[in-house]
Amino acid sequence: MDNWQIALQAATVALVLTLIYRPLGDYMALIYTSRRDLRVERGFYRLIGVDPRSEQTWQSYLRSALAISFVGVLVLYGLQRLQAALPYALGFPAIPEGLSFNTAISFVTNTNWQSYSPDVTMGYSVQLLGLAVQNFVSAAVGLCVAIALVRAFAAVRSGTIGNFWVDLTRGILRLLLPVSVLVAILLIAAGVIQNVAGFTSITTLTGTTQSLPGGPVASQEAIKILGTNGGGFFNANSAHPFENPTALTSLLQVVLMLAIPFSLPRTFGTIVGDRKQGYAILATMASIFVISLTALTLFETLGGGTAPQLAGAAMEGKETRFGIGASTLYATATTLTSTGAVNSMHDSFTALGGLMPMFNMMLGEVAPGGVGSGLYGMLILAVIAVFVAGLLVGRTPEYLGKKLGPREIKLASLYILVTPTLVLAGTALSFAIPAVRADVEGTSIWNPGLHGLSEVLYAFTSASNNNGSAFAGLTANTPWFNAALGAAMLLGRFIPIVLVLALAGTLAAQDKVPATTGTLPTNKPQFVGLLFGVTIIIVALTYFPVLALGPLAEGLQ
Amino acid sequence: MTTLETVSVTPPHKPRPPARATGAISAAQLLAALPGAFRKLDPRQMWRNPVMFIVETGALLTTALAIAEPFLGGPATSGGDTVPPSFTAAIAGWLWLTVVFANLAESVAEGRGKAQADSLRKTRTSTRTARLVGYDSETDAAAQHTPTEQVSSADLTLGDVIVVVAGDLIPGDGDIIWGIASVDESAITGESAPVVRESGGDRSAVTGGTRVLSDRIVVLITSKPGETFVDRMIGLVEGAKRQKTPNEMALNILLAALSIVFVVVTLTLNPIAGYSNAAVSLPVLVALLVCLIPTTIGALLSAIGIAGMDRLVQRNVLAMSGRAVEAAGDVTTLLLDKTGTITYGNRRATEFVPLAGVETSVLVYSAALSSLSDPTPEGKSIVDLAVAQCLERPNAQDGIVVPFTAQTRMSGIDLPDGAQIRKGAGSAVIAWASETTPSDPSALAELAGQVERISQAGGTPLVVAVGSAEGKRQIVGVIYLKDVVKEGTAARFAELRAMGICTIMVTGDNPLTAKTIAAEAGVDDFLAEATPEEKLELIRREQAGGNLVAMTGDGTNDAPALAQADVGVAMNTGTSAAKEAGNMVDLDSDPTKLIDIVRIGKQLLITRGALTTFSIANDVAKYFAIIPAMFAGVFPGLAFLNLMQLHSPASAILSAIIFNALIIVALIPLALRGVKYRPAAASSILSRNLLVYGLGGVLVPFIGIKLIDLAITLIPGF
Repeated sequence: MDNWQIALQAATVALVLTLIYRPLGDYMALIYTSRRDLRVERGFYRLIGVDPRSEQTWQSYLRSALAISFVGVLVLYGLQRLQAALPYALGFPAIPEGLSFNTAISFVTNTNWQSYSPDVTMGYSVQLLGLAVQNFVSAAVGLCVAIALVRAFAAVRSGTIGNFWVDLTRGILRLLLPVSVLVAILLIAAGVIQNVAGFTSITTLTGTTQSLPGGPVASQEAIKILGTNGGGFFNANSAHPFENPTALTSLLQVVLMLAIPFSLPRTFGTIVGDRKQGYAILATMASIFVISLTALTLFETLGGGTAPQLAGAAMEGKETRFGIGASTLYATATTLTSTGAVNSMHDSFTALGGLMPMFNMMLGEVAPGGVGSGLYGMLILAVIAVFVAGLLVGRTPEYLGKKLGPREIKLASLYILVTPTLVLAGTALSFAIPAVRADVEGTSIWNPGLHGLSEVLYAFTSASNNNGSAFAGLTANTPWFNAALGAAMLLGRFIPIVLVLALAGTLAAQDKVPATTGTLPTNKPQFVGLLFGVTIIIVALTYFPVLALGPLAEGLQ
Repeated sequence: MTTLETVSVTPPHKPRPPARATGAISAAQLLAALPGAFRKLDPRQMWRNPVMFIVETGALLTTALAIAEPFLGGPATSGGDTVPPSFTAAIAGWLWLTVVFANLAESVAEGRGKAQADSLRKTRTSTRTARLVGYDSETDAAAQHTPTEQVSSADLTLGDVIVVVAGDLIPGDGDIIWGIASVDESAITGESAPVVRESGGDRSAVTGGTRVLSDRIVVLITSKPGETFVDRMIGLVEGAKRQKTPNEMALNILLAALSIVFVVVTLTLNPIAGYSNAAVSLPVLVALLVCLIPTTIGALLSAIGIAGMDRLVQRNVLAMSGRAVEAAGDVTTLLLDKTGTITYGNRRATEFVPLAGVETSVLVYSAALSSLSDPTPEGKSIVDLAVAQCLERPNAQDGIVVPFTAQTRMSGIDLPDGAQIRKGAGSAVIAWASETTPSDPSALAELAGQVERISQAGGTPLVVAVGSAEGKRQIVGVIYLKDVVKEGTAARFAELRAMGICTIMVTGDNPLTAKTIAAEAGVDDFLAEATPEEKLELIRREQAGGNLVAMTGDGTNDAPALAQADVGVAMNTGTSAAKEAGNMVDLDSDPTKLIDIVRIGKQLLITRGALTTFSIANDVAKYFAIIPAMFAGVFPGLAFLNLMQLHSPASAILSAIIFNALIIVALIPLALRGVKYRPAAASSILSRNLLVYGLGGVLVPFIGIKLIDLAITLIPGF
C-alpha cells in the first residue's frame, strides 16, 4: 500500500473540513440564535401549537426531547410490526417483536445498531417512513441538546435554555434536510443507486442466476452519514458497492460524517462569544482523531501473521477498492463519531487494530463525536478537566465564567459513569448468568476464545455509546442481545441527555464570573493538553482491565 | 488631641513570632494522634469518607478471608497463578494500615487545633461577676450608685450590664458603655502588651476571658452564654463543627464517582475473566479496587481542610467558616483601607511654605511652637522638620493648649503674652483669622494656590496663622504634610494583579489626595471621601459584575459592608458589631493580613487539586503493576506490560498496595503544610503544578513500586 496515498487521503479530508469549519459552524450558530422563522416553520409551529418565541426551562426542554423520542420508538415499532400491510414491503413479513423493539430503539437513539440484514428484512416503506425519519430526528435531537448546553454557558441568570421545538425544526429544515438533498444528488452522480425497483434477477458470466437488490439508497445514505446514524441500507453497509461504490464516495462519506461534529466547536465558540474556546475544543478533538487514525493505520499496515505479510498489509475484511488507508480512515471516523457505518469489517482487523475502534467508542465518541452528542460529551469532559485543573491554580474552578460547584460536578460525574457502567455490566452479565452465557457462547459468538470476548465487548461498547457499528462475527438477533443491547442503547442515550440538560439548567441560572489573569485560561494549548490527558486517562483507567482480557491479551500473544 | 481634620487611629503593629511552629510534624505529634486514628476506624465515622470506607470494607473482607483460608485449604489460585500462603494476610494488614494512615492524617491535623483549643478553654473557667441591678445610663452612667449582685459568669445573658474592675476577668463578650481600661488580651491574641479599651468609638469591644489590668469599666454583655467569641474559637480550631465547604463537597462527589466507576470495573471483572478461565481471587480483586480508587486524596482531603483553617489560626486569623477561607482564594477585588495598609497612617511634615512677605523663620517657629505639646506623629514631625531646618528647638511655654476638635478643625496654643497660634484645615483657619482682621485677597489667592498644589500632590496642607497680643491675626503659611506610602506596596499590588486580583484603595481623603496616593501605591482604583454607604455601594457594584470582594473593617459603621463582602475581615480591636458582621476576625488587627488570607485560601485549593491530580496520575503506574500480574498465568503475553519487571504476580500486587499506603504517610506533611504558592498568572501556576503533581504522579509510583518489589523479593514465597 502506498503510504503517500494514505497521507493524501487524510490530508484531503483535513483540508475540506478546515474549509467548511468557519462557514458551517457560523451557519449553525445562526440557525440556533436567529430570531426569524421561515414561513414553513411558522406553519409547522401553528400546527403543533408552539409559540416559537417562548423559552423552556430545562425540565420542559427535556420533557419535549423525551416525548418526541418516545413517540418515535412507538411509531417505528408499529411500522415494523405492520410491515406486511405496508406498500413496497417487497414481500417481507412483519418484523418479530424482539427485533422490532431493538431496531426502534436503535434508530431513535442515533445508534443504528442492526441485528438484522436490512436487504432481506426491511421493505422500502419501513426504510423511508420509519428509519429515514428517525435518521433526521435523532440527529436533530442530539443537536438540540448540545445547543441547549452551549446556550447555557452563554446565558446569564436565565431560567430557560431555549425552545426545543424551534431547535428541532430548524435543525432539520435549515441544516439536515437541505444538505442531505445535496449530498444525495452528489452520491447518485458518483454511482450510488436510487430506485424503487425491488430485486432484479440477472445471469452472471458464469451462468448462475443472481438476485440484485435495488432501492432508494442514495437518499438514505446521505442522512445516514450526515447525521452520524450509520444504519446501512444493505447488510454490508458502506462496504457494499451500491452504498459506497468508489474510493471517492468513501472519502466523501468520511468528510460528511465529520462535517457537522467538527464544525460544532465553531458554533460553540461563536455562541459563547469567544471563538478561541471553540478552537481549543476542536484542537483536542483533532489531536485524538489524528493519533487514533495513525495508530490504527500502523497496526493494519504492519499487521503480523503470514497472510498480512504476503499481502503487504492486513487486507482481510477490507475492500480492495478502498485499501488500507481508506478503510482505517473510515473506521476511525465512524467510531470516533457515533456513525457506526463501516466500509471494512472491524472484526477482521488485527487484534490491536480491532482495539482502536473499540477504544474510540470508549472515549465516549467525543473526537469529534456524534452530531451534537460529541460536543456535549466533550464539554462534560472539559468540565471535569477544568474542575481538577482549576483547583491547581487556587480558585474555585470556573469554566466560561460558570462556577463548578457540587451540583455541576455531580451531574458531570454521573455522566461519565453512565456508559462505562453499561458497557461493563452488559458484558459481564452476558457471561455471569449461566443460561445467557450458554446462549452467548453457543449461538452468538462465532469466534470462540479471546476474539469472542472482544465481539461481545464491542457490541456493548457500540450500543451504550450509540455508535451502532458491529464487530461482525456476533449473532446479535437473540432475545438476550436484542433486549440487553436495546436497554444499553436507551440508557446510554437518554441518561446522558437528562444529565446534560440538567447541567444546562444549572449553568444557565448562574451568573457569569468575569475572567481575570487568575482564571484558568481554557482557550490555550495548555488546556488542550489537559483536556486530552483527562479524556484519555479517564477512559484508559476504566477500560484497561477489560481490554487486557480481550484485544490486548489477543494482540500480545 | 491631634491637629488634623481626619483622625487616624492606627493600632500598634508589632511583628510577633508565629504562635506555633508550622509545617513539619514531629514524631510526638504522630504518636499523640495515634489513638484518635484508631478511634476513627468506627464504620459510622468512616462512612462520611466514601473512598476510605471502601478501603475499610476491603480490609475487613480480606481479614476474614485470611482467617478462613487455612481451613479452606490455602489461598485460592488467581488468574491461573498460585499465590504464597501469607499473601491474603499481607494484603489485609496493609489495607488496615492504609485506613489507619488516612485517619492519622486527620488526627494530626485535628491535634494541632486541639492544643490551641485547650489553652482557650482555660480562659472559660466560670468566674463570679458583679451584675448591675436596674442600671440606667442616663442617671448613673458610671454605675457608682447602682446596686450590684454577684452572679456566675455562666448565668450572664444578652443585655446584662456588669462592672469590671482592675484585676478581674471579663466574664463575657460585650461592649464598654462607660469608662476606659487597659486590658490584657494575651489569652486570645497571644499579644502580651495590654491594649486600651474605652467606651464609645470603635475600640469598645471586650472579649470574655481577657483581664482588666487597670481602671473600672461598665460593660454591656452582647453574647449568650456558650456562644461567646471564645466558644466559637474553640469550636473552630477544634474542627468540631467543621462543615464541608462547597468545593470540598464537589471534590468529594468527583472522588465518589471515580470510586463507583472502579467498583463497577472490579465487580464486572471476574465474570468477564471467567470466560477465559482467568478469574482472579477475592484478595486480588480487593487489591485492584483499592489501588484504583483515589485513596491518596480521599485519605488527606479532610486533613487539608483542617490544616487550612489551622494555617489561618497560626497567623492569628479566625475564620468563622471554611467557606470563607475558600472564598478568600476566589477573591477578585480587594478593598484596602489606605491608612495602615497602604500608608504608614501618619502624615509627616515635609515642607514649610511661607506666604509672600512672611519670613520663613516666622512660619517655622510658629509651627514648631504650636506643635510642641502635640503628641501625635504629625505634630512631632513638624517639630523634627523645624529642627532639621536649623531652628533651635523652641522652649516650651506655659501657654494654653487649644486641642483639636471636629467642630473647630484646628488646634493651637494661646501664649501667656497674649499671642495666639492656630494651625488646621484651610477654611477653619481663614475663618479664624478673618474674625478680627480682614484678609488680604492676594494673600488668600496665594494661599489657595498653595493648598491646591499640596492637595494635588497628595499631601495635606496645614494652614498656620498667628495672632498678636493686640488681636491682629495673620495667615503666615502652610505646612506640607505628606502621607508616606509603605515601601514595597507597589510591588505587592503588581503581584496581586498578576494573580488576577484588583485592588481598590478606600480613603476618607479628598479625590485629589487619593488619586496621588493611589498612583504612588500602584492600586488599580480608589474610593475617595468614602462613607460607609459608599463602601457598601462599591461592594455591591463589584459583586454585580461577578467579582468576589474582600475587605477589612473595624467600626460599627463598617458592619454592613463587612457583611456584604464575600470575605469580611474584622479587626479584633473593632466593635462587636463589626466582628459579628465579618466572617473572619484578625486578632492582630493588621489590615495588611488580607493579602495573606487570600494566599492561604488559594493554597488550600491548590493543595486539594495537587493531591487529586497526584492520586489519579498514580493509577497509571499501579495498572502497569497489577494488570499483567493479575492475568499473567493465563495470558503470558501480558508480561509485555510489566514495564517495571516486577518479580512475581504476588509481589507486584502487594508492592502496589504497600506503595498506596506509604504514599499517604509521605504526603501528610504536604497536606498539613500546604503546597507552595507563588503569586503568578493562572497559566504558569497550572503548568508548574501539572508538571510536579501530574507528571510526578505518573513517575513516582513506577520508582516506588519497583523499590518495594525489590524489598519484597527478599521474603520467601513471594
